[in-house]
Amino acid sequence: MDINKVRSEFPIFSKKINGKPLVYLDNSNSSQKPINVLNSLDYFYKNEFSNIGRSIHSLAVNATNKFEETRMSVKNFINAKFKEEIIFTKNATESINLIATTFGQQNIKKGDEILITELEHHSNYVPWHYLRETKGAVIKFAPINDDGDIIIEDFKKLISSKTKIIAVTHLSNVTGTIVPIKEIVEIARKKNIPVLVDGCQSAPHLKIDVQDLDCDFYAISCHKVYGPTGVGILYAKKKWLERLPPYIGGGGMISEVKKDKVIYAALPEKYEAGTMPTAEVVAFNESIKFIQSIGFENIMKHEKELTNYAIDNLKKINSVKIIGNPKNRAGVISFIVKGVHPHDISTIVDEDGVAIRAGHHCCQILHERLNLSATARASIGVYNTKEDIDILCKAIENCRKVFGLK
Amino acid sequence: MDLKQLYQDIILEHGKSPRNFGKCKKHTHQAKGYNPLCGDQVEVYLKLNNEKKVEDLTFEGSGCAISIASTSIMTELVKGKSLKIAKKIVLDFLNMIKNTQEFNSEDLDEDQKTKIMSLSGVKQFPMRVKCATLAWHTFTSALEGKKEEVNTEALD
Repeated sequence: MDINKVRSEFPIFSKKINGKPLVYLDNSNSSQKPINVLNSLDYFYKNEFSNIGRSIHSLAVNATNKFEETRMSVKNFINAKFKEEIIFTKNATESINLIATTFGQQNIKKGDEILITELEHHSNYVPWHYLRETKGAVIKFAPINDDGDIIIEDFKKLISSKTKIIAVTHLSNVTGTIVPIKEIVEIARKKNIPVLVDGCQSAPHLKIDVQDLDCDFYAISCHKVYGPTGVGILYAKKKWLERLPPYIGGGGMISEVKKDKVIYAALPEKYEAGTMPTAEVVAFNESIKFIQSIGFENIMKHEKELTNYAIDNLKKINSVKIIGNPKNRAGVISFIVKGVHPHDISTIVDEDGVAIRAGHHCCQILHERLNLSATARASIGVYNTKEDIDILCKAIENCRKVFGLK
Repeated sequence: MDLKQLYQDIILEHGKSPRNFGKCKKHTHQAKGYNPLCGDQVEVYLKLNNEKKVEDLTFEGSGCAISIASTSIMTELVKGKSLKIAKKIVLDFLNMIKNTQEFNSEDLDEDQKTKIMSLSGVKQFPMRVKCATLAWHTFTSALEGKKEEVNTEALD
């Protein structure tokens, strides 16, 4: 893969931050956008804009076709069986809320158990917490070890006859742990328990095959996958989407409305009420094309190399401690520096144009488990380079200097 | 933006060696504060005597250099003041951080004003303002005898 070519596709890298070239290492939070995605948004609004679905004029037909083209691309991108299994949402958070709400409404009663893990982002905990509040569900947290890996034996033990659904992340946004989803789904299958996977972090970095994983639900935020904000994806097995009640009610999700009854639309429209982020969905097709033009094999190889380089070099800095040491990991690297609080690190490295994140990264449960109130996090994207890592390391050295540490 | 404005020597020094750290004996008021964005936590203990004077003021907690230094400086400046003046100093400080450039207070000497002004650098770093104000809000909460934790995300 030609890294210079990849970088040249991102206009933001020609900009200066605090007078310095941008070193963007906040990819777990969100990714930058390639020019074709930006051009698509611009072109669509200037030349092709229309709402989709109902109108039969030329613009509407074209917009609808383009919208559905993205659905097909997403289907192929994650290897879903049917395009009706791809629902566009606002983001992964909404995708998870959609399932928690509709599945909970239909299948959760008092005392039923929901199994999640200590790795989960708040977006894969709080929606289930609602079911604890409204339905009296019980939430169990599968523990992790100090390396940041889920302890599979303990995970198995937490499954009971009352476990109604398992919700687990594919890739931790703190430790970078790649969770063995296939193994978890196999365990769940034996007990006939559906599995929801939070694929927020994995989608930009790992080749996803939902049929191979055999999970029931998979949630993605497109803005992390080099796509626009405001678009998310929910993959759900067709049998579930047919069986579960609708989520948001309104226009577009109905087939017939009478004073005494409402008949819902077929899939996928049943779950896409109201005007969708049309231009953004259309533009997301360009994100997929961008990824495909490089290929996941190349992306994974590049990111693996960079991750190892980053870990090796961060470890060389006196008093840097990397959080977790998972068996199988991706380029999300959380760390602490002895004597400098993560927030101070983030502010100081920002002066050198380095964008990282500091805090609990929406994972308070995990930070509590690790006995940390906050960490600093550098997360790698396809456009990052070894020079980015070198600048990060130098900037961290500078933090120590600002704080007068030796 | 200038890092040196933010991380002045006074701040770094107070951040490293905070004053009045710990739980003071026989405190009459206490309150907790939390900044969920950073994970900064502070617990303020204060002893108000019969003459309505802040006889002792201490804190425990963890956080970034800005939040620890700000808490430490607050305890130094407010300790020993009458309740009325203490409240005034808190208001003046919050006003300085949020609104004005100057720190106007008749209740502190020049040396103390310099200490407070060392925190004014956060104004250039809007994301860090809450780090600096957490302790001061928590102090007010302690005075008012509020039970619930101060949460910077719930403040305007």
